[in-house]
Amino acid sequence: MLDKTGIAKRIAQELQDGWYVNLGIGIPTLIANYIPQGISVEFQSENGILGMGPFPFEGDEDADLINAGKQTVTAMPGASIFDSATSFAMIRGQHIQLTVLGAMEVADNGDIANWKIPGRMVKGMGGAMDLVASADNIIVAMMHTNKRGASKLLKRCSLPLTGVACVKKVVTNLAVLDITPNGFKLIERAPGVSVEEIQNATEGRLIVEGDIPEMKI
Amino acid sequence: MDKRVKNANEAIKGIKDGMTLMLGGFGLCGIPENCISALVEAGTTNLTCISNNAGVDDFGLGLLLQKRQIKKMISSYVGENDEFERQMLSGELEVDLIPQGSLAARCQAAGSGVPAFYTPAGYGTEVAEGKEVRYFNGKPHILEHALTADFAIVKAWKGDRYGNLFFKGTARNFNPLMAMAGKITIAEVEELVEPGELDPNTIHTPGIFIQHIFQGVNYEKRIEQRTVRPRT
Repeated sequence: MLDKTGIAKRIAQELQDGWYVNLGIGIPTLIANYIPQGISVEFQSENGILGMGPFPFEGDEDADLINAGKQTVTAMPGASIFDSATSFAMIRGQHIQLTVLGAMEVADNGDIANWKIPGRMVKGMGGAMDLVASADNIIVAMMHTNKRGASKLLKRCSLPLTGVACVKKVVTNLAVLDITPNGFKLIERAPGVSVEEIQNATEGRLIVEGDIPEMKI
Repeated sequence: MDKRVKNANEAIKGIKDGMTLMLGGFGLCGIPENCISALVEAGTTNLTCISNNAGVDDFGLGLLLQKRQIKKMISSYVGENDEFERQMLSGELEVDLIPQGSLAARCQAAGSGVPAFYTPAGYGTEVAEGKEVRYFNGKPHILEHALTADFAIVKAWKGDRYGNLFFKGTARNFNPLMAMAGKITIAEVEELVEPGELDPNTIHTPGIFIQHIFQGVNYEKRIEQRTVRPRT
């Protein structure tokens, strides 16, 4: 089984040279720490920076330089800064090659819910609806089950949707799954996790074909 | 052409109970601190506030929420504010949550004379309820309308008496778009410079969008999530 860092490391393997990448808050943010050797990617943060760098050294924090998670960050050489309309032009205009975000639920047709639990928690969608409506390549990073042990990979989302039929791939603590017209297709197992465990933790349609390899982290 | 006013109190004088305001900023970054404090002091109520976020409990728009001066918020993300969540879930506060990109585009549209536009964001979700859907290139889009305000309040790093503005870092965010969208726009700046000091090639917001400008005082510029790495 993977921890959050493991999920981030596995998704980092999907990065390709020259890509512009938008990372959501939480697990996705960690991906920036594991860029494969020899490739160059630029991170976009929707509050208005392209070429976002690591956290600043202690004492160098700048209140005027944050990411979409409101964390202090740095700008890499070659970075650019812009207003929110330009930022979402990049997103809506499909200039970003990969979007990684977290989710509360994903359905086996690629629907995603991650912004609201009616009557209990309403944080808002932020930029997530714009991102999932436009991006070609969306990976969800999340735990396979919620805190009560219930599956987060469902036939249908029970929570209000963020976007419809948009997620392409899900990486969880248990597995890598592609979204296909026939449901979740199991691609890889996390180290030490059996196909049966993944089946038991997945409520949505799950396709298991042949031998499922274990992830290499 | 001199748009200078003395301070925040003078700048907000025209803001009356029940008005709609736009306030620049993302999180606590690039928020008009001086005008928010002046509004708290003035006690203006029943405000509709359009702002990407709603501050934190004891800073930014959270200060106006604490005093119950806000009737309705139009935002994209409102986490990190317990008092906001409490008022919203109890029904004391009306809240309209809209996708962040649509918020930016709706402000820009208003300031650009574009009454409405189609966007894919929110299709198939609660956000699309009651909105016209139209297909372009085989893909569904929803109709979103321009968003305007009686007053827009923005914060820049530098500005001059003509209203030209220059922003620093990610404090730019919604500020240039809201500056365009306000019927009246107030700009507060950290440094008011002489005309000509700002290079015309690097001005982010041309002065035509600004009606009042002043140099703010005592900027706290609070950091919401201080994240650092150790020096090694």
